[in-house]
Amino acid sequence: MEKYLEMIRMRFLMMLAYRTDYYTGILIYSINIGAYYFLWNAIYGEKSSIEGLTSIQMTTYVAIAWMARAFYFNNIDREIALEIKEGKVAIELIRPYNYLGMKTMQGLGEGIFRFFFFSVPGMILVALIFPIQVPHHPASWGLFGLSLLLSFIINTQINLLTGITAFFFYNNAGLIRAKRVIIDLFSGLILPISFYPFWAQDIMKYLPFQGISYIPSMIFTNGFTGGEIVYALLQQSVWVLVLLVPIRLLWTAAKKQLIIQGG
Amino acid sequence: MFYVTMFFQYMSQYMKTRLEYRADLVVEMISDLLNQTVNLVFILVVFGHTQFLSGWSRDEIIFIYGFFLIPFALFSSFFNIWDFNERYIVKGEMDRILTRPIHSLFQVILERMELESLFGVVTGLVIVMYAGTSLNLSINWYDPFLFILFAIGGALAYAAIFIAIASIGFWSDAKTSIMPMMYNIGNYGRYPVDIYNKVIRFLLTWVLPFAFVGVYPAAYFLGKKEWYAFSFATPLIGIIFFMLAILIWNKGVRKYRGAGN
Repeated sequence: MEKYLEMIRMRFLMMLAYRTDYYTGILIYSINIGAYYFLWNAIYGEKSSIEGLTSIQMTTYVAIAWMARAFYFNNIDREIALEIKEGKVAIELIRPYNYLGMKTMQGLGEGIFRFFFFSVPGMILVALIFPIQVPHHPASWGLFGLSLLLSFIINTQINLLTGITAFFFYNNAGLIRAKRVIIDLFSGLILPISFYPFWAQDIMKYLPFQGISYIPSMIFTNGFTGGEIVYALLQQSVWVLVLLVPIRLLWTAAKKQLIIQGG
Repeated sequence: MFYVTMFFQYMSQYMKTRLEYRADLVVEMISDLLNQTVNLVFILVVFGHTQFLSGWSRDEIIFIYGFFLIPFALFSSFFNIWDFNERYIVKGEMDRILTRPIHSLFQVILERMELESLFGVVTGLVIVMYAGTSLNLSINWYDPFLFILFAIGGALAYAAIFIAIASIGFWSDAKTSIMPMMYNIGNYGRYPVDIYNKVIRFLLTWVLPFAFVGVYPAAYFLGKKEWYAFSFATPLIGIIFFMLAILIWNKGVRKYRGAGN
């Protein structure tokens, strides 16, 4: 356990060394939030609410969805692919830790860093510029926190899965890009799931992606209430467990498949 | 004339290298297509909930988006200079560029071409034609020419902004992230400017003329008479901003002292 905590700490410190990069990152996210803010305002026009969300809730949704993304987002799929390509994975595999566990912890270290240096100040900045409504109830904050953690786990699991495919395909850059597009669309980052036509919603119900952005954002904006929150959190937890299976299977297959060239 | 032959020589070299790795090329095109799909899905889904966006219909918004893709593709193919600072200034590559017999900016452009982005022109045209047909737009004999003129004007405006920002590198080689910021601001030009407030509208028109890449020129083909003045200003704005950017670049080159010792 200690070595994993050390992994988180190392990654955190590494990120801290390059913290100036993040100030512009906050600005970029704010620019994006701004674009969607104006767009949604125009979409709402005279309407007071669409699909149960008022225009202020929608602005809040956009803001929190982007700022939460700073926390759950990581590039470990690319890192894994690169380590496989360069053959570094051979050394990683003989080290006394679980490779995938270690990658997850690195992702978490990155996430914790961005949470404090990106999401929190970013959210404060955005709240000053745009009319948004943060939850009043402390319980909502707690539930949101829990949901955000689950969203990190789901996103990381999907990244691990995508990363491992490099064992089989050698070049999985295309797959990584496709994954990113799918997550943008189906996670609820650019559009709340409830806005999609029903047939699309029916498909997305059976996919893990809405656990990444839609569920935490809806909890934060009070778009979900009571039972809906419990159901949503359960849904996220189930996906966390279910996704362990393909990771396990693919990882075992990958280790058998592995050929390290040179030495 | 020398410039033209140089251009075609670099272009044929480029094709040779790229066609060696066809799979990568296909992957890149597909991922571009996927990105455009995300944006289109957004528009389609949103218009499931509203009829008009500040008075613009769904197909009009799609038309604007399709038009935007064309100058943007031209820009990304030839003005791929977002990493100019790191690639040329910090690494001292600019010294080499200055020894070449052609204008330094032209040399950089030749080296950084990314012709596969031109595929975006095809995607853009398909989207424009689809939207145009469902809007029953009438086409005059001179419209195709105006279309080309406006697309080039838009691409020049886009390029001007990025050339001016790349030139900052001549004065300070400190790492800035203005470039990625500009790419994000550029997205504002994909939607009608009347959805933004006055300050942003002013900025997008006169300071960072991204509105001349999408909405303004597209408004002409959509028959939006109130925007015609802006539509016809597109080539002019493109040329003026481009010339200003070249002036800044040239000034910067004179100022450039090299990164080496």
